[in-house]
Amino acid sequence: MKHPPRGTPERGELIERLRDRAKFVRLETVRLTRIAGAGHYTSTFSAAELLAALYYAELRYRPDEPGWPDRDRFVLSKGHAAIGLYPLLADVGFFERTLLDDYTRLDSSFGDHPDMRKIAGIDFSSGSLGHGLSVSVGIALGARVQDRSFRVYCMMGDGELAEGQIWEAAMAASQFQLGSLVGIVDRNHLSIDGNTESLMSIEPLAERFASFGWKVYAVDGHDLDAILDVFNTLETATVGPPQLVIADTVKGRGVRRMEGDIQWHVGNLVGADYDDVIAEIESGLQPLVAGGADG
Amino acid sequence: MADVTREGTAGQEISDVFRGSTPRPDSPKDEGTGKGIEAKSIPAFVAGEALADLADSDPRIVVLTADLAHANRTVDFAARHPDRFFNVGVAEQNMVSIAAGMASTGLVPYAATFAAYLALLACEQLRTDCAYTAMPVRLLAHHSGMSLGYYGTSHHALEDIAITRAIADLTVVCAADANQLRAILQRSLDWPGAMYVRLGRGRDPEVYSEVPDDFQIGRAVRLREGADLTIIATGSEVRACLDAADSLAAQGIHARVVDMHTVDPLDREEILAAADETGAVLTVEEHNVSGGLGSAVAETLAEAGVGVVFRRHGVPGEHVVLGPPAALYNRYRLDAAGVQSVARDLIGLEGKRHDV
Repeated sequence: MKHPPRGTPERGELIERLRDRAKFVRLETVRLTRIAGAGHYTSTFSAAELLAALYYAELRYRPDEPGWPDRDRFVLSKGHAAIGLYPLLADVGFFERTLLDDYTRLDSSFGDHPDMRKIAGIDFSSGSLGHGLSVSVGIALGARVQDRSFRVYCMMGDGELAEGQIWEAAMAASQFQLGSLVGIVDRNHLSIDGNTESLMSIEPLAERFASFGWKVYAVDGHDLDAILDVFNTLETATVGPPQLVIADTVKGRGVRRMEGDIQWHVGNLVGADYDDVIAEIESGLQPLVAGGADG
Repeated sequence: MADVTREGTAGQEISDVFRGSTPRPDSPKDEGTGKGIEAKSIPAFVAGEALADLADSDPRIVVLTADLAHANRTVDFAARHPDRFFNVGVAEQNMVSIAAGMASTGLVPYAATFAAYLALLACEQLRTDCAYTAMPVRLLAHHSGMSLGYYGTSHHALEDIAITRAIADLTVVCAADANQLRAILQRSLDWPGAMYVRLGRGRDPEVYSEVPDDFQIGRAVRLREGADLTIIATGSEVRACLDAADSLAAQGIHARVVDMHTVDPLDREEILAAADETGAVLTVEEHNVSGGLGSAVAETLAEAGVGVVFRRHGVPGEHVVLGPPAALYNRYRLDAAGVQSVARDLIGLEGKRHDV
């Protein structure tokens, strides 16, 4: 078991830390969005707990050696959530956090979508939806060919599962039995124009991936204990079925006015609203309003 | 051009694509022999075998294809390095992105399939996952141009030079024959960033009698000297242009022939020298005239302020008619006889304004 079991003091401390870092992701997302003038708040908020659990518990990496060949790889296929990833990379030591003060400005290394040539800690550039799982298949094959034991984690949005290339990659991952490939779907139920199920249904998602030969896990994507439990459950054999974690999340989670609201896919908080939202995030996750989340 | 393929062997020729082992029957060398495919020894697709040789001493090399292992002879690589060969099925976009992911772990992937599906179908994966990221992915884009004959436009790649040379940080090289391809593969091992390698049918008539040791990416090769005009050709048209130059020479017209194998980065000096020293430039490519080698040369001449008799020769702006490859080369004047006649036209215009 990789992470301390429930009920231990170590687990309690870890959860506290992850909760704090998820909050940090949301706060930084709000700060950086103000610098840019617009940003993807809600797609990042739905992934905040997942990103925190990955970077402070699950992934193996060396901030002082970004190119360490045996590091685990993380591919953010939903590249528009990079605004939440950059602060984590800075926080764990890949680069100075002050570099983010020029986020999206002319000649900045940090844009809406991550660039591996410019940013230490980004394992692969992304932004064009539907590519990341194929890239991750290639990374997993790269590990196999070179007899390395690292894993590759690929976070996808649920909207991007409408891209056909995802399913080409799903086939290949199964065909090549890439047990070291872990897909994570941030199942926040909303793409830009509405609920995935009314726009272009991806359900039954678990059954679809299972029928492609994947081992599928379901988890509440805002429950850090549950996320760590799933990470503990993942098979470690490098040759075996690829694994998918479907993380049920709420788009915009942590800021009530944004939860389950497609209007906030791209937005900008100004004036008192900005301060209100900062205060709300500081207070931590509150129970969901019934019916607030779409789906 | 002998018309042996028009009825009798055209179907054979096309079906051979998927076996990849039988020499093309319509090589200019076969002309007049009446013996068809047994007349000459013409090399089969060498990429698989050449990469297998290189991979014996370079553990970074991996090879991918999309259900065309026999057509492009990557099966020859698979036989010798089965653990480094990946056939992804009919999924070209997936193949290109997978290759990019592999490259990010330190490998040098060679991904081979029909040019139409690398440059057009997987264009965005090529740009975003390979070029933008500067991954050392090598795309082996075979059966480019209209070499798939009566398969028709769906299988032709007459736009791929235009597309790929518009992509930043992507090197574009066109192989004239098997020996030059061997040299390209050798040089590609440590070439920075992504590379698009445009290939013919793998049975292309010989241009280089041996692997050119002095081959350099980005440095054109002057194959014939001549003072009356320069023919700048690339890839599958180089042989036809040499043969055209031979015919012209017999008529007292001396054409310089330049193999512009690398379209990006372009050898500007060789182009400007051609204009300066021969006064007339004809570009020849198995590609639409819009956006390809001819356009690249025209841009170079115009921006240098050079006035010169000039013509781009290739496929005019149309989806080509149906026919076997040799018949198409004949129709579009892209065989030796056609190039010769176009060159003569151009020379006839020398010293006059070209107002057509």
